[in-house]
Amino acid sequence: MNAASDAVAWILLIPICAAAVLAALPGYRLTAGLNILASFSTFLAALSLLVIARPQPGQYLLVDDLNIVFIVLNTFVGLTTSVFSASYIAHELETGRLTPRYLRFYHAMYQVMMFGMNLAFVSNNIGLMWVAIEIATLTTVLMVGIYRTHAALEAAWKYFILGSVGIALALFGTILVYMAALPVIGEGQDAMVWTVLVSRAATFDPALLNVAFIFLLLGYGTKVGLAPLHAWLPDAHAEGPTPISAVLSGLLLNVALYAVLRFKILLAANPDAISPGPLMVTMGLTSLLFAAFMLYRRRDIKRLFAYSSIEHMGIIVFAFGMGGPLANFAGLLHMVMHSLTKSGIFYAVGHIAQVKGTQRIANIRGLTETHPALGWGLVIGVVAIAGLPPLGIFMSEFLIVSSTFARQPLLAIPLVFGLLLAFGALVLRLTSLAFGEPRGSAAPAEASYLPMFAHFALVLTAGIYLPGPLVVWFQHVANLLG
Amino acid sequence: MHNLAFDIAHLLAGGLVLISFMMLYQDRLYALLNIFAAHAVVLALSVAWQAFIQNAPHLYVTAVIALVFKAIIIPVALHRIVKQLGIHRDIETAVGIGPTMLAGMGLVALSMVLMLRVTGAADPLAREDLAFALSVVLLGLLVMVTRRNAVSQVVGFMSLENGLVLAATGAKGMPLVVEISVAFSILIAFIVIGVFLFRIRERFDTVDVGALDEFRGERR
Repeated sequence: MNAASDAVAWILLIPICAAAVLAALPGYRLTAGLNILASFSTFLAALSLLVIARPQPGQYLLVDDLNIVFIVLNTFVGLTTSVFSASYIAHELETGRLTPRYLRFYHAMYQVMMFGMNLAFVSNNIGLMWVAIEIATLTTVLMVGIYRTHAALEAAWKYFILGSVGIALALFGTILVYMAALPVIGEGQDAMVWTVLVSRAATFDPALLNVAFIFLLLGYGTKVGLAPLHAWLPDAHAEGPTPISAVLSGLLLNVALYAVLRFKILLAANPDAISPGPLMVTMGLTSLLFAAFMLYRRRDIKRLFAYSSIEHMGIIVFAFGMGGPLANFAGLLHMVMHSLTKSGIFYAVGHIAQVKGTQRIANIRGLTETHPALGWGLVIGVVAIAGLPPLGIFMSEFLIVSSTFARQPLLAIPLVFGLLLAFGALVLRLTSLAFGEPRGSAAPAEASYLPMFAHFALVLTAGIYLPGPLVVWFQHVANLLG
Repeated sequence: MHNLAFDIAHLLAGGLVLISFMMLYQDRLYALLNIFAAHAVVLALSVAWQAFIQNAPHLYVTAVIALVFKAIIIPVALHRIVKQLGIHRDIETAVGIGPTMLAGMGLVALSMVLMLRVTGAADPLAREDLAFALSVVLLGLLVMVTRRNAVSQVVGFMSLENGLVLAATGAKGMPLVVEISVAFSILIAFIVIGVFLFRIRERFDTVDVGALDEFRGERR
């Protein structure tokens, strides 16, 4: 019990202390190494949560089956991204896009962001969760604008304004949840503690809860990147440093999704409240279809994959909106697979853009010839993200589609249509990127392939064989999600 | 006494909505900033009144933050920025004043209908507070979408945030209100610094930041 609360404390303390140290230390090699070390120890602390006994849920912090999945995934991708970031940033320093002063800032912000995301996951207090998500957002805004080019600033500004509006709506929803809890639980701290809220949600005023959920879904949905509130996402992905695109897609969207899921559970605990399912299904399908169409018109490689993230978040929200053990299981699996695959793709894309000196798809051709490792890495990644067997995303998409066919065949039609549309767009772009007459610089890439291939190996393994305990775990969490 | 408490809270919250309306038709930046300062003063009074009737001394902190930070520091800072950027004369609204006011009325009606209907069980003071707060939030959003100028968008966002503080203080005994208002103040400080440092004028339509870097010799 004691060791467990220590582990939770480490998950939060390591990043925040590392941020303070990294902000003060000069030198690229040292700070990049420290960044990796801090991320690695946070990952270890997160892993230790799997084996030791859970702490009792307190007024602020909570560890349960649901958030452990998120924490472990978060710290793992945080670790691999820090490895990737070390080689990526070295190149940026050489070309002078980043100055040493900004590098210090970058590393400190990276750790503050990890702190914010971890805090959002372990918080048991809906107010604290809101603050944590705000911290994570704010740090990513700063990092998106770090190149200070015209486009980067515009992207950061757009992200900032839309993110702030989203966060404001989410806060209003949080206040409404508190108001709903007030007559039942009474004034004070308890009425914002998630575990207390869920245990007594059945007696809350359903009308107030409904309105609260709509605000929360719109607010946090903005951060998930659901259409029509996604406008910030492609810009923020395209203009910031690629490690940030990787964590944005792989992690930050999950944080917001996690918040939506928490409130969905809360709403499901009240029998008279509206069912959140149809709302989420609608938003999910809209995002999927919209992003699938938008994929065709992309000229920028990072924007292409940003739209693909919107598409996949749409699929995940759709799956959770369908609900039920199977769809929730598939949604959870899809979320994990998407995080791993998409960040892996961004690792590849980051190095590709550096080698070629451009993000324009038209200027990148024949990667498999000039840079076999990067090219084939991208091929594996895109094949995975497009949902081809035997990789993990195929399995989760298959589960989502088959469970939808079994329960709501009519909904399955737009779902499959969207999936095929996105598949077509991705394959179309992939063929020109990876094959054909090479175009652009053929200089060898100084890349770290380990993070990328580690991710793809995990996705491949999951596609072929999911370990029994993991399946049991996910099934249990899927039941929790209702 | 209770009735008086209720009336004053009502008056202040209603005043906030009214001032939000006044923001909608300001066509000069300085005037907009002055109106925003008035908005913040009324918010501070309203929060202080809530602190008094709820016997919640910590809310006075929020009131002081609203008064010092939002009613004085931020408007003064924005005044200086506007002067330095030389944009004190222009403010174009994307939509005309008439349609904007009509939309604003629609939003207020919407929030009244919505909040009064769903909060039937809640205590009347909190209930009306919440309805007013949602009106302020929506009007803030309206200011943000009808302006193209970065400074007035920031003002819109801050008035939106004032609505949230009103809602949070109206919810009796809500924990973390002070922390949240501090968090928001930090957020706003970041925006204002951002606007200042990067000379963000009109959502980047005209300002050329690259030229600025060239000028400072930072261009590679």
